[in-house]
Amino acid sequence: METALIIKLVLILVIFGITMFIALYSTFAERIIAAYFQDRVGPNRAGPLGLLQPLADGVKMFTKEDFIPNTPNKWLFIVGPGIAMSTALMTSAVIPWGKSLDLFGLHIDLQVADVNIAMLYVFGVVSIGVYGIMIGGWASNNKYSLLGAVRASSQMISYEVAMGLSIIAVLMLVGSLSLRDIAEKQSNFIDWTGKFPYFSWIVFKQPLAFLVFLICSFAETNRTPFDLPECEAELIGGYHTEYSSMKLGFFLFAEYVNMFISSTIIATLFFGGYNYPFYDTVATAAGLNAAAILGVVVLFAKIFFFIFFFMWVRWTLPRFRYDQLMNLGWKILIPLSILNIIITGVVILLTN
Amino acid sequence: MTDFTSISLSGKKVDVSRKEMTLSEQLYLPGIIKGMGITMKHFFSRKKTIQYPEQKREFSPVYRGRHVLMRDENGAERCTACGLCALACPAEAITMKAAEREKGEEHLYREEKYASTYEINMLRCIFCGLCEEACPKEAIFLTEELVNPEYTREGFIYGKDKLVMNQQQQVL
Amino acid sequence: MSLVEITFLILSVIAIGSALMTVLSKNPIHSAIYLLICFSSIAGHYLLLNAQFLFIVHIIVYSGAIMVLFLTTLMLLNLNEETEQHKPAMARLGALVAAIILGLVLVAAVSKTATLMPMNNNTVDIGSIKALGKVLMDEYFYPFEFISILLLSAMVGVVLLTKKEKTTVA
Repeated sequence: METALIIKLVLILVIFGITMFIALYSTFAERIIAAYFQDRVGPNRAGPLGLLQPLADGVKMFTKEDFIPNTPNKWLFIVGPGIAMSTALMTSAVIPWGKSLDLFGLHIDLQVADVNIAMLYVFGVVSIGVYGIMIGGWASNNKYSLLGAVRASSQMISYEVAMGLSIIAVLMLVGSLSLRDIAEKQSNFIDWTGKFPYFSWIVFKQPLAFLVFLICSFAETNRTPFDLPECEAELIGGYHTEYSSMKLGFFLFAEYVNMFISSTIIATLFFGGYNYPFYDTVATAAGLNAAAILGVVVLFAKIFFFIFFFMWVRWTLPRFRYDQLMNLGWKILIPLSILNIIITGVVILLTN
Repeated sequence: MTDFTSISLSGKKVDVSRKEMTLSEQLYLPGIIKGMGITMKHFFSRKKTIQYPEQKREFSPVYRGRHVLMRDENGAERCTACGLCALACPAEAITMKAAEREKGEEHLYREEKYASTYEINMLRCIFCGLCEEACPKEAIFLTEELVNPEYTREGFIYGKDKLVMNQQQQVL
Repeated sequence: MSLVEITFLILSVIAIGSALMTVLSKNPIHSAIYLLICFSSIAGHYLLLNAQFLFIVHIIVYSGAIMVLFLTTLMLLNLNEETEQHKPAMARLGALVAAIILGLVLVAAVSKTATLMPMNNNTVDIGSIKALGKVLMDEYFYPFEFISILLLSAMVGVVLLTKKEKTTVA
């Protein structure tokens, strides 16, 4: 019991550290990738290859003047970025980072909590995440901030519906809400257990669900082309107009943490999580531990690809207009995902 | 009633095409994938950045930078404070005060009259080169050097200490 | 006191306190936020009762969706003290009477209830999705479907209300 608790605590700390590290370097990667897409080179002066740039940015953020506007809700103004940051970090608890390790006679599950409502937990945390933006934007006592906050909330609500519905088809296929079960269902790459072999990764079985989920995760993380809550052309800075110093840093950082978590969930749900082709072969040849560690590496490779994809889309697509955003959410994505549920149900009924 | 939509004052009006989109255009996905292909092509293209302090972009041969007041082959200042450059200056950046050459100063000033003060306000100057053209004594030239940044506006008013070329400098 | 009891006490204090603050705070947005805290602590109670599904659905539906809509609407409305209507004396009296009657009903209900059933922590599966789904689709199939039809009809009604009437061109 004692050792199990210590293992979990260490795991939480490690995941927290990795999340922060990746979010920190996502800011750097974003700048480099943006530069490369625009035929530039990007920051390369701080440290070798510019690798210390995130630290320089962090020091800058911390040492800036921490300004609080003349608002009657100072407390809420301070709480806003905190909520945004903590909810962004909470989701990583239910994600399976790999199969278990057996080290020094200890059995270590590479997951903080294998709850059977993991997927719903993710949705719950995401739906609370919008409060950080809303409360912060409202407490700023600024019309632009308020508009950004209202936009953020209505966008979140609209796209959460489509996101939830797109997931239901996947859940029908797997028969469980636990992310561990979903990842296990996609073991290896080709599934030999059925009547005829087929790709076991869910993206091959549910391409439509994947597409809808991908678009919705762009909207949920407030990334371009759905970054209407903070669009600088119309709303100055949106909900973080009045923020400065590390409070602003928290808002910006939360976006990168969210992006990391969304990439992880996309990889776990649709691209097999920590699974890779010939997992079992590797496990018999090199041992379970080596296979599991390779699985973690593969999962992170998938995550990095999706983070890159987020940035790639950002520098390709222009921002939506607000009515286009709402039309896409309510009139296209929701009907599509309902259609997908019906098709999946019919296919499951016919094949069983 | 006049149909205002048919008016074209510049004669260059092009009507916006409002044709129905085809199904593949309505799906947007082919368009998005095409666009992402274009950005990807740029991702791997050669970068156009010049790493400034180490690499410098070459100036054009006719580049006009900060001014210099020339000396002749004996090291005497060529300027005779005629004021034609100040007159030619469209930005009114040049002011000067004339003085008469004393005995024993022949090695300092070529002409009998010289500029005791000569100031160019580099914040006003537009680097058009008209002063260079106006000068009858070939005394003022625009070089390929840049004007250095300063902390105060006063620093940009260049006097003779900054303008007159050094003794060692090659005569143009 | 066990850990569960301590958690229960803390959650209850938060729930009651924030519920009171919801009613008492002058600023409508503050009361919406207090209501949010209240909802969250009630969700915590569900978790203590081992009803994980109910816990997370409560969070998603009430905290994540309904309160967000509430807050959005409140933020857009200009609810200053100047715009607040003055309530007539009769309405205040009516509210007082209603509150007294409600209090009487509550006191009667609480005093007449049988002693509470001891909480059974061993039945792990009682609140899980599988157990809940079996009960809903088996025992309570018809009520469940009727409720969904009711919600659907409400949705259709709302859409109908928001549609602008087509004005015929004269």
